[in-house]
Amino acid sequence: MSQKDAVLSLRGLVKTFPGVKALDHVDFTLRRGEIHALLGENGAGKSTLIKVLTGVYSRDGGEINLNGEGIYPGNTGDAQALGISTVYQEVNLLPNLSVAQNLYLGREPKRFGLIDWRRMNREARALLLEYKLDLDVSAPLTDYSVAIQQLIAIARGVSMSAKVLILDEPTASLDADEVRFLFEIMRTLKAQGIGIVFVTHFLDQVYAVCDRITILRNGALVGEYDAAGLTQDKLVSHMLGKELQKTVQQERLADEDSAGEVLLQLEQFGGEHLQPLDLSVRTGQVVGLAGLLGSGRTELCRLVFAVDSASAGRLLLAGQSKTFKHTRQAVMAGMGLCPEDRKRDGIFGPMSIRENIIMVLQNKRGWWRYIPLKKQRELAEHYVQALNIATSDIEKPINQLSGGNQQKVILARWLASQPKLLLLDEPTRGIDVGAHAEIIQLIRKMCEQGLGLLVASSELDELVEFADKVVVLRERRKVAQVTGADISQQTIMQAIAGQ
Amino acid sequence: MRYSDLSPELRRFIWPVAGLLVLLLLNAFIAPEFFQLEIKDGRLYGSLIDVLNRAAPVALLAIGMTLVIATGGIDLSVGSVMAIAGAVSATLIISGVDNIALIVAGGLLAGLAAGFVNGFLVGYFGIQPIVATLILMVAGRGVAQLINSGQIVTFHHSAFEYLGVGSLFGLPLPVVLVIITFVLVQLLMRRTALGLFVEGVGASASASHYIGINDKLIKLLVYCICGLCAALAGMVAAADIGGSDANNAGLWLELDAILAVVIGGASLMGGRFSIVLSIVGALIIQTLTITIILSGVPPKFNLLIKAAAIIIILLLQSPEFHRQVARLRKRQVA
Repeated sequence: MSQKDAVLSLRGLVKTFPGVKALDHVDFTLRRGEIHALLGENGAGKSTLIKVLTGVYSRDGGEINLNGEGIYPGNTGDAQALGISTVYQEVNLLPNLSVAQNLYLGREPKRFGLIDWRRMNREARALLLEYKLDLDVSAPLTDYSVAIQQLIAIARGVSMSAKVLILDEPTASLDADEVRFLFEIMRTLKAQGIGIVFVTHFLDQVYAVCDRITILRNGALVGEYDAAGLTQDKLVSHMLGKELQKTVQQERLADEDSAGEVLLQLEQFGGEHLQPLDLSVRTGQVVGLAGLLGSGRTELCRLVFAVDSASAGRLLLAGQSKTFKHTRQAVMAGMGLCPEDRKRDGIFGPMSIRENIIMVLQNKRGWWRYIPLKKQRELAEHYVQALNIATSDIEKPINQLSGGNQQKVILARWLASQPKLLLLDEPTRGIDVGAHAEIIQLIRKMCEQGLGLLVASSELDELVEFADKVVVLRERRKVAQVTGADISQQTIMQAIAGQ
Repeated sequence: MRYSDLSPELRRFIWPVAGLLVLLLLNAFIAPEFFQLEIKDGRLYGSLIDVLNRAAPVALLAIGMTLVIATGGIDLSVGSVMAIAGAVSATLIISGVDNIALIVAGGLLAGLAAGFVNGFLVGYFGIQPIVATLILMVAGRGVAQLINSGQIVTFHHSAFEYLGVGSLFGLPLPVVLVIITFVLVQLLMRRTALGLFVEGVGASASASHYIGINDKLIKLLVYCICGLCAALAGMVAAADIGGSDANNAGLWLELDAILAVVIGGASLMGGRFSIVLSIVGALIIQTLTITIILSGVPPKFNLLIKAAAIIIILLLQSPEFHRQVARLRKRQVA
């Protein structure tokens, strides 16, 4: 490979944190006009690499060359000025400002020293039309979907003369159409000679759009490959450092009635954002909720758990009719909910893993009966081991863990409270392949122990793998129910599409 | 062992404590008699005791403020609540109530009511803490003036004055009250799960709600405790001067209390709290004042020196500052 067409090359990059070598002499080469996937499990060093590259962290060794010249970005602003733009999964633009203001923030077109609003809006509109977006650029950013916000972030980055564009998990919250559109844009940018670094957990997407692949594991470089020459199995085994164990397809309960007793029963149950529907979950059963983004999956979970209040129908838990006014009542009745937005509604960021794990149990016991510290440690140690949570210390703040491990801590939190019914809303979102498989195995194991599970997921293969019954939602109403041997990606997809 | 190897908990403790020690050493250097203690009439006297005694009202406020800040809130009304509590006890005394328990209960009740109003507005109506408590900060002085009928009320009541000028076990009573309050609140927070819930609500009110913690009630509770602490501080201040001055009692002390908590390393975003460190913060503020007086610097420089010293302490605690220093050092080496 000639170094000449490399727009960005990293040589022997080292970054250490106390007790951890986050990057251990990593090399990485990005060519002009290519889409390069950066892959690895959680904790492999992808985020660290990106943060060093964009100046969030300072490196402890190695060199970064941009167009053959050594650079030392001190912060994201430096990196941007040098031509390295980053778009994160959580769009970090200013939601209350207009689209145009976001696009030109810090470099507004001026006239007589004042902002030339008309020119700014005109240019913003023209800029977005290049991305096939015809928007009202004077509307606040929040008026648009996450997908469009992401494209706006990309447009902003590219228009600031980006040579390198880093996309960190851009597709995590997009639906299939939006992903396809994003890929089109990526290919256009590639044709313009921009080098794109694409970080993702979705391996299919890697093959759909990437030219080359660099894999990291435990902070070290595993290798650099041409996408065309690397099979998906090989790719996964490189990432994991071992052959991927296919999760065993479980024997499904063919006849629903042969399962355990009815745990949760909804009768014409609905709320402001959900048409009344019927649904039942039995002990030891995994019921999947399928549907597109905004189809009502999350809304149903929130209604059942009394985050939102129901306006119609009945909810029966183990045969008894319940009306929950507060999440506390749902928790006390033996339910648990792993929310979709882990960062906002799930974790207690600055608090330790131990405290995060015991929180629900403590709340159930009441404030007066404090769990002795020794018991807390035992519980935390037990679940860290049982769920294989990767951490050196249970006293570490949870926000220092990777997404997959945070999710395991949240699962541990509920398991410790010994619930009867767990609602999992997108339990595997933003989680790497290894942890993904572990969480799915965990879900199976939990239901073998007699727990009832209601799992909302946008990943069909996942639902097919573990669900005993799949309820399909579309436009906030239940449109189909698939059970037993009928469950396949095909049948679910047909139901979602309304055929 | 390097600084970066220390646990976050330990790192939080180092700077406030080191700051206090440095200030104390500085005092020993400026005025050798600073550490001298003598016992007169079974009571300790000396500059150190003076620091403790004078820091007591702010330390009391800081105990309550720590909890409020831990939930991500703030209470601007504590200075005014001091004035209200002082006015209530003074009025009770001059209207002929002689029972010390009743007088103190009256003051505390006023503080509790104030805290309840704050907590209710913040917890149950979702009003921003700074706005909700600003209301009582302004209105509270008005309430105190009404209670005092616009006068400065002076009184003689030896049992009540004992709160401000008395001593117990050789220590001034305000110091003893700080110790008792600290122990009670610490037990309440750390021997029950309340402290955990307070930190949980501060770390993420939304996550607390999702797991069924009654976040509204927790908020109400911390503002009530804060009101009680402020009332106690107000009565100590009134007892100290033998009178209630609605306009000046506790004036601007809410700012000192917030500063004490911040010097103690707490984040105004909420989350982790340490009452001990907030008290250390209150001691730092008071020690600094005494240091400036002892050093003989003209009084007009007092406020500036105080501000400069506090900036230094806050910088020493800031992780960003540490990063910048480390970066500079690396650049010099390279």
